[in-house]
Amino acid sequence: MDNLVEIGQLSFQHENGRAIFDSVDICIPRGKITAIMGPSGTGKTTLLRLVGGQLSPTRGYITVAGRNVHQLSRRALYQLRMQMGMLFQSGGLFTHCNVFENVAFPLREHTRLTDSMIHSLVLMKLQMVGLRGAADLMPNVLSGGMARRVALARAIAMDPELIMYDEPFTGQDPISMGVLIKLIRTLNDALGLTSVIVSHDVQETLSISDYVYIIADGKVVGQGTPQEVQSHPSEQLQQFIKGLPDGPVPFDYPAKRLKDDFLSE
Amino acid sequence: MLTHIVELGKFGINELREFGKAGVLLYRVLICWPNFRKGVPLTLQQVYMEGVLSLLIIVVSSLFIGMVVALQGYHTLAKFGAAQQLGPLVALSVTRELGPVVTAILFAGRAGSAVTAEIGLMKATEQLSSMEMMAVDPFRQIISPRFWGGFISMPLLTLIFNAVAIYGAYLVGVQWLGLDPGVFWANMQDSVDFHLDIVNGILKSVVFGIAVSWIAVYQGYDAKPTSAGIAIATTRSVVYSSLAVLGLDFVLTAMMIRGW
Repeated sequence: MDNLVEIGQLSFQHENGRAIFDSVDICIPRGKITAIMGPSGTGKTTLLRLVGGQLSPTRGYITVAGRNVHQLSRRALYQLRMQMGMLFQSGGLFTHCNVFENVAFPLREHTRLTDSMIHSLVLMKLQMVGLRGAADLMPNVLSGGMARRVALARAIAMDPELIMYDEPFTGQDPISMGVLIKLIRTLNDALGLTSVIVSHDVQETLSISDYVYIIADGKVVGQGTPQEVQSHPSEQLQQFIKGLPDGPVPFDYPAKRLKDDFLSE
Repeated sequence: MLTHIVELGKFGINELREFGKAGVLLYRVLICWPNFRKGVPLTLQQVYMEGVLSLLIIVVSSLFIGMVVALQGYHTLAKFGAAQQLGPLVALSVTRELGPVVTAILFAGRAGSAVTAEIGLMKATEQLSSMEMMAVDPFRQIISPRFWGGFISMPLLTLIFNAVAIYGAYLVGVQWLGLDPGVFWANMQDSVDFHLDIVNGILKSVVFGIAVSWIAVYQGYDAKPTSAGIAIATTRSVVYSSLAVLGLDFVLTAMMIRGW
């Protein structure tokens, strides 16, 4: 299968020495929706920032469309980023611009299209996410779900090959979540995108993914189609997928013995 | 004892590291000079946000400072029968020291803090990251225009401060206390040297403009992306800017008095 993104032997640790990944291998097939799941704090967002070239790995490599992201010059990296879109958890909308200008921003920066063409393109992108009528609104009056849809319209404004979603379902009501699930699947198929979803919302993510990676403790602990992952024998995987409060990831944070805290003088 | 030395060493290394990071940021700002088509409108917008919107505080403060200096100066000079020297006293105090220094400190409080908070919030709400991912350099789009906006605004605000403060002194000295207007203006004209007093004052304001804008953009860009982090960065921006202005003022004054 043709992979758009290949991550090989990836290790990463923060400046404070905290290791996040240890020899991780992940392949993102072209034209598919790939989910990367795992408990909070396992570095899922960090992985997207590594793919986008905002962070550099300690060891290993990441290629996007055959180019090693971290060996590119700044200019080449920016060229590559024009083929990527990223939906941030908070949306990352510019608070001083209205919805229309937010979506128009990448077009104004990277193209020399006339105002009327930009106007048409922006309204088409907003129509795709169902918010053409909200073009004049400011970001502070949008609901969380609407803000993410606007951010999605902005992310696809340049018709990227790859789109990365950082926790797209977090904090959404059931209707917004349903809308986002439909949009991610529809846009992926209609525009021929390659999508990467980073999330810990198990059921929603599994329902639209073609392939799933599960990360824990800096390693890939499971992978496969949603059906394969759901029937995987690993206790660690089953605890995460079924949301069990105790298991390989213990309910109790490591502490001294009870006797030492309550019965000692 | 050893622990204290270790702590002192850590503190020193951290401060040097911060200074190095600020230096790298200034270098990137200087090489990421905004291009003409997109950068000039962005910079002009910042001149409006930082300069024009600071006019109220600058004009009101300078008017009262000029009036107070005139009032204090008149009573002191009158004791020696030299009240007619009020014009030179006010003009020299304002153009050499008060104008550049007070403008810079007010600018740091009004515009510098706003720039720091704005950049810090943009970082906390992932606006800078999303810009990077859209292949737009935040240095060209956000940091550089704010730096150059402050750099351009400061000398202009200082000139306005000087003019309004002298007018405030005129209102008190001539209109209220009854000095002869001809004597007031003629003595001022005789005593103030364009190069030594006016130009040197403007030079000071240019240096202060660089320092305050640099500190403001760096503190915002380096802020921890939390509400507490932004509050700390904003406070630091004002405190460091004020201290830098006062320190630089001494150095520049010493250099100017000794004829460079």
